[in-house]
Amino acid sequence: MLREEDKIFKNLYGFDDWSLKGANERGIWSNTKEIIEKGSEFIVGEIKNSQLRGRGGAGFPAGLKWSFMPKDSGKPHYLVVNADESEPGTCKDREIMRNDPHLLLEGCLVAGFAMHANTCYIYIRGEYYNEAFNLQKAIDEAYENNLIGKNACGTNWDYDIYLHRGAGAYICGEETALLESLEGKKGQPRLKPPFPAGAGLYGCPTTVTNVETIAVAPTIIRRGAKWFSSLGRENNTGSKIFSISGHVNNPCNVEEEMGIGLKELIEKHAGGVIGGWDNLLAVIPGGASVPLLPKSICDIVKMDFDSLKEVQSGLGTAAVIVMNKSTDIVDAICRLSHFYKHESCGQCTPCREGTGWMFRMMEKMVKGSAQVDDIDKLLDVTKQIEGHTICALGDAAAWPIQGLMRHFRSEVERRIKEYRLEEVA
Amino acid sequence: MKHPGMTNKVYNIPNDIFEWSEDNFKRVSKIIQKYPTSRQQSAVIPLLDLAQRQNSGWLSKTSIEKVAETLSMSYIRVLEVATFYSMFILEPIGENFVQICRTTPCWLRGSDKLVKVAREISNAKLGETSKDKKFTVVEVECLGACCNAPMVQINDDYYEDLDESTFKKILTDLKNNKSISKGSQIGRQASHHERGKDA
Repeated sequence: MLREEDKIFKNLYGFDDWSLKGANERGIWSNTKEIIEKGSEFIVGEIKNSQLRGRGGAGFPAGLKWSFMPKDSGKPHYLVVNADESEPGTCKDREIMRNDPHLLLEGCLVAGFAMHANTCYIYIRGEYYNEAFNLQKAIDEAYENNLIGKNACGTNWDYDIYLHRGAGAYICGEETALLESLEGKKGQPRLKPPFPAGAGLYGCPTTVTNVETIAVAPTIIRRGAKWFSSLGRENNTGSKIFSISGHVNNPCNVEEEMGIGLKELIEKHAGGVIGGWDNLLAVIPGGASVPLLPKSICDIVKMDFDSLKEVQSGLGTAAVIVMNKSTDIVDAICRLSHFYKHESCGQCTPCREGTGWMFRMMEKMVKGSAQVDDIDKLLDVTKQIEGHTICALGDAAAWPIQGLMRHFRSEVERRIKEYRLEEVA
Repeated sequence: MKHPGMTNKVYNIPNDIFEWSEDNFKRVSKIIQKYPTSRQQSAVIPLLDLAQRQNSGWLSKTSIEKVAETLSMSYIRVLEVATFYSMFILEPIGENFVQICRTTPCWLRGSDKLVKVAREISNAKLGETSKDKKFTVVEVECLGACCNAPMVQINDDYYEDLDESTFKKILTDLKNNKSISKGSQIGRQASHHERGKDA
């Protein structure tokens, strides 16, 4: 279990002051100048050595991503912070932005400097109105105290941070859709390559990174890559915020060490499953996009990228959605299918048509009015969508259904048979 | 379900005029300054949001035209953005725009019951505005406050950790023009695991 002194997010719940005064007391902005004077290569090197993996869902090594930025492109460089938190189950970035915004801003300066960027845009989802208010206030405070702006923190590095509010589209959490949206267009993903590090925002070198990844960077540099990588295990290092929701006694966000057991996480922090651990049916361990896990796997699985991959699921955003035996599991997944149908941007045919088709078929599965053959037909369609779209939304729509059929196929078949029998009667 | 933000039709009022208010005009130039010169199209989402706030929570044809004119964009490019994003409302709505989250984490904790309560009190179908123009109730996808489920967004604010009785009270108070308090309705701090004293 993570020790209190190893926690990075010391004001996750907002018990203390979120403004600059409180931030200073927590050590934020204390020696930012020193960190920056160590140079960009040192910063990127430390992040690489810490083995920090991106916290937005894909888990790409952060230091490697930052090192893709060219050294001297002759164009402006941009850091874009992805605060468009919309993955069902996930609500961690919200707490960072409203309760500890300076932690994020300091990270923006350190990471931006390491990428040779002078400008940073924070793209926050439009619904987070009050969170944007706190963050904007923190930005204003940072400008007034010369922490950012011209000669930020006395480092001779000019750095601007701008807040940009979105307007309600899940797809804008995809990095290239986010850039399109930031350029004032519909949020439809771009083909890659070119990757944003070569041609991103306004055609300039850009790195898009999740809020949590940026917010942990200064602490890693301060305490050293060795300290961070001593938490968790090889390739799955550090601590992480877990959002635990659904059928637990005390749903909460909590910072824990990577690799904590799923059962321990739920029982220690969320007050256990409603009705006791034996009443557990299934858990979605990393936000809506990853396949669910039945209880038998939940008993033993550890919460990190590689352990969850081994059981054909994923850590994603570490949003743990708990479902106990009172849940209509088919309807739970059907609702996610509705979500993807609603949020498909309409650009690629397999996703635009497929998400609607899958949702309608899932509705039939909920009632039982489908045919037994339809299960294989549905799985076949998920395979045809997966990997055949520009962005990963198609995959994300396919995986929950594949997970359902992998572990709960007998339940779906039972419903179909029952419906048949009722019809005959 | 009908959703006033998911339509592609533009609501046109004959002889309608939209001009930036004095305060908003100042805000417009401040917003445009955030983006590089020659990249002012980036300001289209913030400007549409500003126009929507000035126009009682929805975008009329003239307000979309005004945004296009302000940013030297063609009307169709702005319309494209206004129809793509669900937060841009394209027809008149009630004083309180009630968005009930329906996605799995909120549904597991009883969002269905909240829908019933809202329909009862507003006495209107989902997506339609109540006769007294007080409410427009819609079901929406995940609003990103899953550890405080079930939750509802009313205009700009989140109301969290709801159940039927607390939600009923909120809507009744709104109906009677009483003030309501945002955030957790069981008095807990953010998404801390400890429940509030009242729980």
